[in-house]
Formats: sequence, structure tokens, C-alpha cells
Amino acid sequence: MQPLEDWVLDGNAIGGLLLEVFGTEMTAATGRCGSCGTAAPVAELAVYRPELGTVVRCRHCDNVLMVFVQIRGITCVDMRGLASLT
Amino acid sequence: MAGTAVRGRLTWQTATVSSVLDETAKVRTLSLEVPDWAGHRAGQHLDVRLTSEDGYRAERSYSIATAPGEPVAITVERLDNGEVSPYLTEDVRPGDQFEIRGPIGGYFVWDPVDGGPLLLLAGGSGIVPLRAILRHRTREESPVPVRLLYSSRGWADVIYRGELDHHAQGVAVIYTLTRQQPAGWTGYARRVDQQMLSDVAWPAAQAPQAYACGPTSFVESVASGLVALGYPPGRVKTERFGATGS
Repeated sequence: MQPLEDWVLDGNAIGGLLLEVFGTEMTAATGRCGSCGTAAPVAELAVYRPELGTVVRCRHCDNVLMVFVQIRGITCVDMRGLASLT
Repeated sequence: MAGTAVRGRLTWQTATVSSVLDETAKVRTLSLEVPDWAGHRAGQHLDVRLTSEDGYRAERSYSIATAPGEPVAITVERLDNGEVSPYLTEDVRPGDQFEIRGPIGGYFVWDPVDGGPLLLLAGGSGIVPLRAILRHRTREESPVPVRLLYSSRGWADVIYRGELDHHAQGVAVIYTLTRQQPAGWTGYARRVDQQMLSDVAWPAAQAPQAYACGPTSFVESVASGLVALGYPPGRVKTERFGATGS
């Protein structure tokens, strides 16, 4: 597991976003990577915030787990990279 | 009424600044009044949303600086190139309002029932949620022993210094000042490294619970350092603030 670069956040930073999307606290939920199978609390996933949207990656294999894009008050959620979120 | 309160927790509410307190030259604590505040847990944060006259919005997350049962407050560090922090640390006055969402978080939280011993590791403004944990421990009269390792640039940058110097029984505070030390300083004077962790951390055999918060590079370094000392990864909770220029 490579150390994250300075400017990278973790799943704690998207706690509010997840609260709105799921209607409940999700940072302690377990996300399992659909690519390598690594399971981790959402709070420990790598969170990237480019200009547009939010990208969440697996710490083990860098696979994109979740992508959030907010446009005109609508949040688009792509979680195809996750095998499960429990 | 109950439905309204639940919705308030999930979405944005209006907070009114009730008072401000300058902690250091760059750091200010804002106490807030939030009408439907549902209470919070130690370690949680809230999101702040500012909207300018032309409709431009900026959102940031700030850790809650106070314990459950105390009025909710956030402590904000002014970042040199910040978009939001200069406003919150310099311009905001009591009576001003902005939107908040929260409390948020169920991972980086501590209650006395979680036990210890506790190892708290703060890099710069990472001390904020850890101070909430310390206050909660004191208010609940928890006997859990605590060691706090707090890394700051210099003595003038130490947030909550007066409170930490008069900490409750069973709490040991270890400072490291990485850039500037006052005359006669005999404490640590370098960035946290494996040797310092080895000196300070509870032995892994005591099944400690660790909370590390601060710039991402700080958290990455201490978390892997604790795992190297035998801490199970599940006993090292982390909250990364990104790059703060510290």
C-alpha cells in the first residue's frame, strides 16, 4: 500500500455527501473492492477531488470504487467498482 | 416535527455564529447556534457551505471542537491560499450565518465504552477532533489513560495550549515542535518518526486504540508506523485533512 500524496483525502471527507445520498452515516461501512477484493471501512478509502466530481479508490489496487458528480442539484453516483458496501 | 428534525440532520441547516475565539494567530474557534441540532459524538465533523452574492458556493468540512453536551463549535485554521478559511477566521462576526450539514461520522468517533488505553496523534489542526475526545473523556469521568502526541510547527502554533497544559488526570501530552522551538526547549524537535512513536506509543500488547488526525502525509506516516509497532490496522483510526501547508 503506497502512502497517499499530500492532497489526497479519505472517506471521512465524503461523510456528508454519503449522508445525503444514502440517508445514513456510511463512513464506518465496509466497502469491498470489485477488482482485488480488499475490504476496508469507507473512511479509509482514498478520496480524490478533481475539478469535477469526487473519485474514491481502493488503497490496495487503486481501482476506482465510487464516482460522485453533482450537477444542478442532482448527485450522480457510480459505484460499479464496489463488489459490496455493507 | 420529528420528520423535520431528521431531514435537518441529512441536509443543510442555518447556523448562527454566537461567539468567536482566536486560539492562535491563524486559528479561530467559532461557537454556533443551530436550531435543530441533534447533538453530536466526539470526533465527528460538520460541513460548512458558503454562498456568495453571485450564487457561487464553496463547501468545506471542519471537525467539531467541543464535547457532546457542549454547544457545537468548530476550530478553523486560516490557509494562505484558502477560499473559505480566511472568511471564517477573519471576517465572521457573531450574528453571521452560514449553512452547515451534520454531525457527520461514525468511524472516527470515541465514547468511553470504546475503552483504551487511548493514543491520540495530532498533526497541526488535527488536534481539533482529538480535543473533543479529550473533553468528552473528562466530562464522562472516564478512567481510560491517554497519551497525546501533538506535532506543531512551533510553540505559537499549538492550538488549545492552555487547556492541554492543564489536562485532566490520566492524560499525558507530548509535544513535538518541528520548525521552531522556544529557548530552553527540551522536548522533541522533529517530525514524528518511528523512534518517537516507539518512545511514546502504548505497547501493542495493551490493546490500545489509536486516533491519528492531521495532514495526509502525517497520518500516513504515523498510521504505518503504528502498524510497524504491532498495532492491528483496525485499532488505528485515521482522518486525513489533505495538504494544509503545515
